[in-house]
Amino acid sequence: MTSTTIAAENTSENYLNNKYGWKSWLFTVDHKRIAILYLISISFFFAIGGTFATLMRLELATPAGDLVQSDTYNKLFTMHGLVMIFFFLVPSIPAVLGNFLVPIMIGARDLAFPKINLISWYIYVIGGAATLFVAVTGGVDTGWTFYTPYSSTYANTHVVAMAIGVFITGFSSILTGLNFIVTIHKMRAPGLTWFKMPLFLWAQYATSLIMVLGTPVLATTILLVGLERLFHIGIFDPTIGGDPVLFQHMFWFYSHPAVYIMILPGMGVVSEIIACFSRKRIFGYSFVAFSSLAIAVLGFLVWGHHLFVSGQSAYAGIVFSVISMLVAVPSAVKVFNWSATLYKGTITLSTPMLYALGFIGLFTIGGLTGVFLAIMSVDVHVTDTYFVVAHFHYVMVGGMLMAYVGGLHFWWPKMFGRMYPEFPAKFAAVIIFVGFNLTFFPQFLLGYMGMPRRYHAYPPEFQLLNVLSSAGASILAVGYMIPAVYLVWSLKWGKKVGPNPWNATGLEWTTQSPPTMHNFDRVPIVTEEAYAYGEADEIARRGHSPAGPGKHIEEVHVVR
Amino acid sequence: MWKDLPLLPDSASTMSGQVDAVWWFLVAVTVVFTVLISVLVVGFAVHFRNKKDGRVATQIEGSLQLELLWTIIPLVILMGMFFWGTTVYVQMQRPPKNVIDMTVVGKQWMWKIQHPTGQREINALHVPIGQAVRLTMTSEDVIHSFFIPAFRTKKDAVPGRYTQQWFEATKPGVYHIYCAEYCGTKHSAMIGWCTVMEPADYQNWLAGVVPGETPEAAGKLLFEGMRCVSCHPIEAGVTTIDGAPARGPLLAGIYGKEVVLKDGGRTVVGDEYIRESILKPMAKVVLGFEPVMPTFEGQVSEEQILQLAAYIKSMKDSGGAKK
Repeated sequence: MTSTTIAAENTSENYLNNKYGWKSWLFTVDHKRIAILYLISISFFFAIGGTFATLMRLELATPAGDLVQSDTYNKLFTMHGLVMIFFFLVPSIPAVLGNFLVPIMIGARDLAFPKINLISWYIYVIGGAATLFVAVTGGVDTGWTFYTPYSSTYANTHVVAMAIGVFITGFSSILTGLNFIVTIHKMRAPGLTWFKMPLFLWAQYATSLIMVLGTPVLATTILLVGLERLFHIGIFDPTIGGDPVLFQHMFWFYSHPAVYIMILPGMGVVSEIIACFSRKRIFGYSFVAFSSLAIAVLGFLVWGHHLFVSGQSAYAGIVFSVISMLVAVPSAVKVFNWSATLYKGTITLSTPMLYALGFIGLFTIGGLTGVFLAIMSVDVHVTDTYFVVAHFHYVMVGGMLMAYVGGLHFWWPKMFGRMYPEFPAKFAAVIIFVGFNLTFFPQFLLGYMGMPRRYHAYPPEFQLLNVLSSAGASILAVGYMIPAVYLVWSLKWGKKVGPNPWNATGLEWTTQSPPTMHNFDRVPIVTEEAYAYGEADEIARRGHSPAGPGKHIEEVHVVR
Repeated sequence: MWKDLPLLPDSASTMSGQVDAVWWFLVAVTVVFTVLISVLVVGFAVHFRNKKDGRVATQIEGSLQLELLWTIIPLVILMGMFFWGTTVYVQMQRPPKNVIDMTVVGKQWMWKIQHPTGQREINALHVPIGQAVRLTMTSEDVIHSFFIPAFRTKKDAVPGRYTQQWFEATKPGVYHIYCAEYCGTKHSAMIGWCTVMEPADYQNWLAGVVPGETPEAAGKLLFEGMRCVSCHPIEAGVTTIDGAPARGPLLAGIYGKEVVLKDGGRTVVGDEYIRESILKPMAKVVLGFEPVMPTFEGQVSEEQILQLAAYIKSMKDSGGAKK
């Protein structure tokens, strides 16, 4: 491809410049624009959730509860959890990268239900507004887990308003999941069979199943908490005939699978990045694909491992324990296959690749420490301590957030037609990796020593490790601000790129950057496997076929 | 300097060493696999880096042998860990025969503990070494969790039901008690100290604390004071104190026995059933009796219910009703 054609394509009409004005954004049904709306909204909530975390880590720098009051601290960790989980992690990769990429990756013009897609964003915004209302008017202090009867009877904070916020937002996930399932089933381009799909799509598909099957249970549970609080219907509070442990079963029936909502899409992103920067097909493609489904299915059968000390029957505990351990198998299969993919590749340590490789290491630690929690005799000691906090941050921040930021860098040139600056990006990746480990590794040690989670003040012997953790958090906070600055900068000043700056395979790289309104001017026909990097490099060496390998563009498509 | 940074909690119970053994094995597996993966990833990333010398990646489809290898080996290790971990857990569930039974009632934000000999403590627990202690726990309000890291033991105190945990301390000392389940404003202040003593010191301590009534004696006073006795005979052969036919079942010797219910079901009379019968008498009525008992909800505290149960447990079946 010559530079003149690149210039020509970038001056042509695309989804960003075909219309202007706020109406063109707020009433858009274009999946790409909705993805951008989500990107802006979840970044906003990430900043809020991060601020709560920063205040918590400041408080915990000293053993005494001296910076904020106990009630304030309790609200901080509650709001941090709620905002980060429901308004950042759950929607992050599906609603931003998934929304943008699912239709393009399968060669479709949009999702199956574009208007429902827009509705899902509005639902998210309404739920988010309820959350902001709660935050501004005094917060909620139940913990993100809403354990009863504290939440349903004893808490004096805005539980009902927050429950409404979470309830509403759940529908946004359900609609997104539904949209993805239908789209992936019905709208794949000719020739794109299931086993030619990029693994990102498999991961989105598995995630969507969990969203559709799990979220209604959460919605029901939260609704019941609200009803009990308002009308004293005895469901969870034993003084009016309820059972508080029932709540925990219902809550974790969703919220454990939700953990996989928060990691599977990340695994999909990592597969794409590793294949591209190793110039190789993913080792054991079908094993990686099916392991996503295995994790999604097994994830629904392990909720009881959150209840090992709650008075749940020991026999039930043993069954939940063994199934929980089985989840480690497909997770291990993925990690080994990614590692094997690197073997005999030609590896470029670009920014997305740094994040993907960091993901593998941190997810390995996060996953293996999950095994500790599946083993009952160890879980009895470490449950509800900082060990659990460290474990799930290794999975969600070390895993999902790394994958999200890595994916954002990988597809940034596709989304906006401009490249991010390489040096600050690599610098930030290293800072984030160091800051993350310094923040959360000491928490494993704190947990085994016995420091309970959600403690506003703590015994002095825990201070040294807490200071290390707080120091790490400040490094991490700086680490996240750097990409926020240079990514915004690159929108105007970043180097312009052509359709395929990474010489990657995948249909999204065959359309221009940023893509046109309808993604493809002609319907692509797929004849090759997902990661035909051998052919891609071969063609690149011969120096022709800019459309990408194996994607014969035929059939002139008439735009409406 | 390392004194300021203890990396392990005290190990002071018969179970703590066993839990630590499982823990260290898990740590070893985690370290081995993390190092293995890190070496592979970093090693490959460096060794196969794109030196721009024209080398192209070797395309590899996959390998069934390798897939089986890294499915089966982790599976075997995981199942081994599961069996070991579960074996230890089962031991943690089974207290020895000879235990000191204490009651723990959690409330926002304190732990109220009573010894079988009547001594009461708040946010403190004195126990002897070499003697298993079983805690029967409940909560007056929200869920709490009674956690002593040095014993590697923890169990939620759940309102509306009883949970139990046991430990046998092995090393004299003073150890943290925490509330591990978030319970509101002063959750992080719901802490205390467990003092583990030589048996002789424990006896001295017991002698030095003015005991309240024993749980049985307190229960007896309650039983009489609340007029339970006007319906429930306390001795076989006697009807009630006013001579009328008993309106409620004979309680002497009933603890631990199975009773037939009006609806045909059966239940074992234990702490849970006694508690339910005091608070919700209509829930399970014994066959042969009318549902006439009033509820005592709001009139008795959780501690008093435990005392009533202790008294009922202590009532001996004095002949007459023997089979």
